[in-house]
Amino acid sequence: MTERKIDEATGVPTMGHEWDGIQELDNPMPRWWLLTFYACIIFAIGYCIAYPAIPLLHRATAGMLGWTSHGQLAEETAKAEAARAATKAALAKVDIATLDPQSPLMRAAIEGGRAAFKINCAACHGAGAAGAKGYPNLNDDDWLWGGTRADIHQTLIHGIRQPGDDATHMSRMPAFGRDGILKADDIDDVVSYIRLVSRQERANASSARGAKLFATNCAVCHGNDARGGRQFGAPNLTDGIWLYGGDRDTLTATVANARYGVMPAWGVKLDPATLNMLTAYVHSLGGGE
Amino acid sequence: MHAPSPDGQARLYARRADIFPRAIGGFYRRLKWAVMVATLAIYYVTPWIRWNRGPYAPDQAVLVDLAHRRFYFFAIEIWPHEFYYVVGLLVMAGIGLFLVTTTVGRAWCGYACPQTVWTDLFLHIERAIDGDRNAQVRLRKAPWSIAKASRRLLKHGLWLGVGLVTGGAWVFYFADAPTLAHNFVTGQAAYVAYATIAILTATTYVFGGFMREQVCLYMCPWPRIQGAMLDERSLIVTYKDWRGEPRSHGLKRSETSGDCIDCQACVQVCPVGIDIRDGAQFACITCALCIDACDQMMAKIDRPRGLIDYATLEDCKAEAAGAKPVPIRRTILRPRTIAYFSTWGAVGLAMVFALGARTRLDLAVGHDRNPLWVQLSDGAVRNAYTIKIRNMESRARPVALTLEGLPGAAMWDSLTDDHRAARALGFVIAPDQVDTHRIYVRAPATGGQDFAFLLRAQDQQRTHVRVAARFERPEIQP
Repeated sequence: MTERKIDEATGVPTMGHEWDGIQELDNPMPRWWLLTFYACIIFAIGYCIAYPAIPLLHRATAGMLGWTSHGQLAEETAKAEAARAATKAALAKVDIATLDPQSPLMRAAIEGGRAAFKINCAACHGAGAAGAKGYPNLNDDDWLWGGTRADIHQTLIHGIRQPGDDATHMSRMPAFGRDGILKADDIDDVVSYIRLVSRQERANASSARGAKLFATNCAVCHGNDARGGRQFGAPNLTDGIWLYGGDRDTLTATVANARYGVMPAWGVKLDPATLNMLTAYVHSLGGGE
Repeated sequence: MHAPSPDGQARLYARRADIFPRAIGGFYRRLKWAVMVATLAIYYVTPWIRWNRGPYAPDQAVLVDLAHRRFYFFAIEIWPHEFYYVVGLLVMAGIGLFLVTTTVGRAWCGYACPQTVWTDLFLHIERAIDGDRNAQVRLRKAPWSIAKASRRLLKHGLWLGVGLVTGGAWVFYFADAPTLAHNFVTGQAAYVAYATIAILTATTYVFGGFMREQVCLYMCPWPRIQGAMLDERSLIVTYKDWRGEPRSHGLKRSETSGDCIDCQACVQVCPVGIDIRDGAQFACITCALCIDACDQMMAKIDRPRGLIDYATLEDCKAEAAGAKPVPIRRTILRPRTIAYFSTWGAVGLAMVFALGARTRLDLAVGHDRNPLWVQLSDGAVRNAYTIKIRNMESRARPVALTLEGLPGAAMWDSLTDDHRAARALGFVIAPDQVDTHRIYVRAPATGGQDFAFLLRAQDQQRTHVRVAARFERPEIQP
């Protein structure tokens, strides 16, 4: 090696670099530091043998201990499931319609339902259950098929217009335009009347004609006062809540072609505890009856 | 410390040079004793002090209750959301270090730092068993014998004992000390308690027995930071070379000799193994034992004390030129230290005021965002709020939650089937608990947006908290 420069002030050799008059001293490391460094290397080798470490073409080396992140997750999930087992068993047996709303079990049901809703229901009803066009908002106090816990439970299990389920909610509004029951002008008049009773338009000649058509064609399901009927799932037409929209064009399309929204019968897919939890959660959203 | 090898080539590593500091008495040694006794007593005794807080809170005066997320310090109880008090303490600790370093140099390092205190304790144990410096060096060189082995065994056993007690005392800050002590001895304590004690026993043993000054030299950032903190008016331990040089001893002493008789006393007592006569250096922890050592020597040779002394660099220069040093009062009271002290005091006062003014009842309101509002069939609009009521006292408190503003509005708790909406709701909050409720508020379709939730304790204190909120409605179509 070549002769090394010695720093005058300290007597320590320098690295030979200099920046603006500052030189880098070549002080030796303390021995314990070096030993710690070697110990870390040995630990790392042991770690690579014990745990998955080296990536190969398709998978990494497995490691002697057989640890995997999936295995750890499964273990912890199983632990959490075991911790919840008692509550879930109680929730499977309970009659959710008569459960005390203040009870700890109801709180557990609502929290469980919140999670189950995100998995099963949010795709149509939205993460906040606020719904979308054609998918009811579950937060409000307007229910097509009833808003008590018993009603909600029934709807959940059997769904709406679910083929093959005898107890499913089934109603068929006639497609008044497509089936030729009403002419286009008549439909226009009926829409005028609906917009009158929902306080969106003033009374005029068209709505007066529509009132007569409504009484003969629509009142049987929607009621003489147009406030709907739950035994048919017929919506209340006088309030400010519209499933598809309350503007002229949408109402015209609805009367002409009818709407047949569907919901799966969750009773065949979900376990009783989850159905109870979803019932409790939907009921707790603010519109529960 | 570590010189380069004789051939001038740097080596891969440097062995730690053994240091056998000689025992020394004197003013600064007594000061170190006092600080050591005080700090160790505080550390070991504090977890055992009891403090009655009633039936709902632990009766340990100082307790970090991680499981329940509470910090107890005598009459003060800190909840996680009040962590800013801890931040305030850290800010004070930081500025305090600046303040102390600027005025009296590395006094923290020399007297109060745990590394210094425990190393000192370990050194005393070593001296009690092996004797003072010379005996230790002799014993080190002596061949292995039963006497040497038994001394070594005793020393390391005592060191490990100190480590065990130190690590043990640490965990007592995190759990009820008497219970944990009983469980620990009977083998029932939590695994984490044993692990923590084992780790702290090991670190105390290794840092106090073997690493010692290496911690200060290589692990601690403070020696490097202090270079920026010290100035020429900070008190540091200084060798007054203008008085000591040229150093000489024995027959070589003459009229022109300085006061330093090159007796090496200052070097032998130094716990970090440096020669203070080389000038101020980052390795010096300013423990001042060399002052004690030199003062004894100066007394023996009939020279004034203070050849090595606490002095500012400015004073050293002034004294060398024959001028008088600046009075100690003026050294300590100067704009920089006053600025640090004012900042430090302001943070402390702010914390005291905040502690005094804080309410032990708290309300947090979160507006539900999905959906932001719900159109109701009668035309009204509903909003939902998640409220959290914190009762930070160890007694149950009845409280009333009322709406302020928002005419025509009413509210109800989501957990009741009773939708009789009211302007006020009553709750009883259990001691030391957070109660969470989802509250529905219904209001007419038009009106103001701003209102407030008012929470008032229904007891003698009538403590109240007001939290502003907004009521959102669908935008009216034109």
